[in-house]
Amino acid sequence: MHKLLTEHPGQTMLLLGNEAIARGAIEAGVAVATTYPGTPSSEISINFFQISLESNLYFEYSTNEKVALEVAAATANSGMRSMCVMKHVGMNVAADALMTLAYVGVKGGLVILTADDPYMFSSQNEQDNRYYAKLSGLPMVEPSSVREAKNMVAYAFDLSERLQEPVIFRTTTRINHSTSTVVLGEIREPKTRGDFKKDPFNYVTVPAVSRNLHIRLLDKLSQAEKISENSEYNFISGNGIWGIICNGVSYNYVSDAAKDLDIGNNVKILRIGFSHPMPQILIKEFLKGCQKVLVVEEGEPFMEETIKVLAQEEKLTLSIMGKGKDLFSRLYEFNPALVRQSIATYFDVAYKPVTVPDLSDIPEIPQRPPNLCAGCSHRATFYAVKKASEGMETICPTDIGCYTLGFLPPLAMGDFLICMGSSVGSSCGFSKVTDKKIISFIGDSTFFHSGIPGLINAVFNNHDFTLVILDNGTTAMTGQQPHPGVDMKQLNLNGYGRVSIEEIVKAVGVSHVTVIRPYRVKKSVDAIKEALNFKGVSVVISREMCTLYAKGLKKARGNPFFVSEKCKDHKDCISELACPAFFIEDNRVKIDPVMCTGCTVCAQICPEQAILPIRDKN
Amino acid sequence: MDTTRLIIVAVGGQGNLLASKVIGEAALISDVPVRMSEIHGMAQRGGVVESAIVFGDAQSTIISDGEADVLLGFEPSETLRAMNKCNLNSVVITNLAPLPPFTVTMGSSKYPSLNVLQALIRKKTAKLIAFDAAALAKEAGNVMSVNMVLLGALIQTGTAPLSAENIKEAIMKRTRKAFVESNLKAFELGFAAGKP
Ligand code: SF4
Repeated sequence: MHKLLTEHPGQTMLLLGNEAIARGAIEAGVAVATTYPGTPSSEISINFFQISLESNLYFEYSTNEKVALEVAAATANSGMRSMCVMKHVGMNVAADALMTLAYVGVKGGLVILTADDPYMFSSQNEQDNRYYAKLSGLPMVEPSSVREAKNMVAYAFDLSERLQEPVIFRTTTRINHSTSTVVLGEIREPKTRGDFKKDPFNYVTVPAVSRNLHIRLLDKLSQAEKISENSEYNFISGNGIWGIICNGVSYNYVSDAAKDLDIGNNVKILRIGFSHPMPQILIKEFLKGCQKVLVVEEGEPFMEETIKVLAQEEKLTLSIMGKGKDLFSRLYEFNPALVRQSIATYFDVAYKPVTVPDLSDIPEIPQRPPNLCAGCSHRATFYAVKKASEGMETICPTDIGCYTLGFLPPLAMGDFLICMGSSVGSSCGFSKVTDKKIISFIGDSTFFHSGIPGLINAVFNNHDFTLVILDNGTTAMTGQQPHPGVDMKQLNLNGYGRVSIEEIVKAVGVSHVTVIRPYRVKKSVDAIKEALNFKGVSVVISREMCTLYAKGLKKARGNPFFVSEKCKDHKDCISELACPAFFIEDNRVKIDPVMCTGCTVCAQICPEQAILPIRDKN
Repeated sequence: MDTTRLIIVAVGGQGNLLASKVIGEAALISDVPVRMSEIHGMAQRGGVVESAIVFGDAQSTIISDGEADVLLGFEPSETLRAMNKCNLNSVVITNLAPLPPFTVTMGSSKYPSLNVLQALIRKKTAKLIAFDAAALAKEAGNVMSVNMVLLGALIQTGTAPLSAENIKEAIMKRTRKAFVESNLKAFELGFAAGKP
């Protein structure tokens, strides 16, 4: 049985934040879960996926976050407790659905989880999604710890049903990827079947309907505020004349700092866990009891601005600060020492930070950037495109996936990236206004997610570029989740359809479509050359399974290679492919046989044909 | 309970996430409060993986620069890179078997000398324990058990509030059946190697 289905209430378990959130949903009787994978949220859905194989939970990997939210909007309005999980930028994709779903509301509870990523450990920006709550008028909760995250999921479902509105559940990476002990609660039996009652004047958002629904939304928002005033998740601890207002993981750093600085008797802390709408009366009363107040929140001054407005309404003149030159930044994530230091500065408390060792005499340490895996099919594709486009002036828009790493030298394939699917749309623009050859890259999962509309645009508006679709049969970067092009039977899963990339591309009207096997270097180079010379939109589908995925499916090629005596030390293999299986020992190029997957690409490009299969060694 | 802060740094694939799992499990068994956090986005692509483990009453799950009591490094250059987490009282334990990053293979950077590296760490911290954990893992019968060897050395120093018994129990619970024996052996070898 899946460990998150364990029945023993009261048992303590060590869980990753994302596991705790999944468990919280199970305890709350979630019946439907949808997602598009994205770090730092991915493990929530991986667990839902596994759980769905042995329980009544309906789970799906949807093609993108907008679709995921639309699916959940329907199931929730059919009375089923539903959860929709995404990373912060996924919310941008889902936003169109979100804004009007807020008008329509829900019947069964709907919790929308957004996992923000301050510092951008694995994201293209660090936008603060708390503003989505403000923008949409929806209630929002934010946990400070793994333990609280689990319990807060059930609270969010109850809140959603009470207000008949979706609830935004906002986490940050340090909640998702922290681990701590969690006490299990009871599991509520999920509903297994829903029903939808026709009510077009509440569900079909034509202007006349929406005008009424907006009134209703504002009304629910004021109800939500009343609940926020008394929510157990907005609480005050300690007492003193200094005030600190904080949320999320910052609360932990503040609590530790109060202890470390020994100011427990001078400071009271207001922790905001129900953060939209903010509890106005509670905050006003808190401010009145303080001499000065510090707001500690990662990201934007979301709370700070509201708190200042509230102070103005009460004509309070105390100092309220948060973001500022000597205090907190809008950049990156906080840490305990930073928060301790800022509290000491603001309240003028004596504090001596630990002496960090002087590291100026440390020799330069070689960088260790992440690299495509040994034998990764993307490396082979990038190499072939590079060879095929030799002598051409190119611009190479790229997209989001493992292959983004191809922008690093020596492959250096990747010139522009803003969001999922942008490779295709931006190629249209570049090709229109520049005289360079545009070659863009998109992965299979990203193509389904948001590449298709760009391609339709390219055909319709008659643009001129070559799109390389890197079809490796999985969503590799986030942990090998399936997508619509995957043959689910390979995973022993039945009941799925399968969508062919090739047929979509042809149906869209692309007239030059080729499929290559990137491990066949010469053939691939020739085919790509032909595509590059085509005037108009051409598509090259480069098809080869992600090697890591192949290993997992026991479909790896095996047959590692070695560098024979014939090697004359050109090092083309290293300087052009940069496959991490290569290393240098005693000034000779060697291949790590454990890492080598036998993709044969280096053997095909070695000018001395010195790279041979180990099985031919004798 | 006093707070102890432990940082583990490793290269993706060296098994430090399993090491932290074992530590977490051991803490659970022995009722030691523990909180951990990990950055493992690119672990499988050969990048650096860092875990922060906080024992005791603190609520934070991450560790600021200069505030680690113990630094456990699975790879010597990564141990050196993580020195910003240490202070003069920190204890450092490091594997001495290098895994040169690809930038070294490409010739765009140089791997630091192990002697210089050790001298620098020794000078800047309270104590350094350094040995070839890969050799001991091999001796234990499983090259992948570097993580267990280093856990052994960690427990030997007494810097983490966990007993060898608890860790062994956690190894039996949390690591794959087929490897339990070699993992326990690796742990013992590391434990012995950690002795001054
Ligand atoms: S996980 Fe797959 S796609 Fe990603 S770098 Fe490795 S082999 Fe390539």
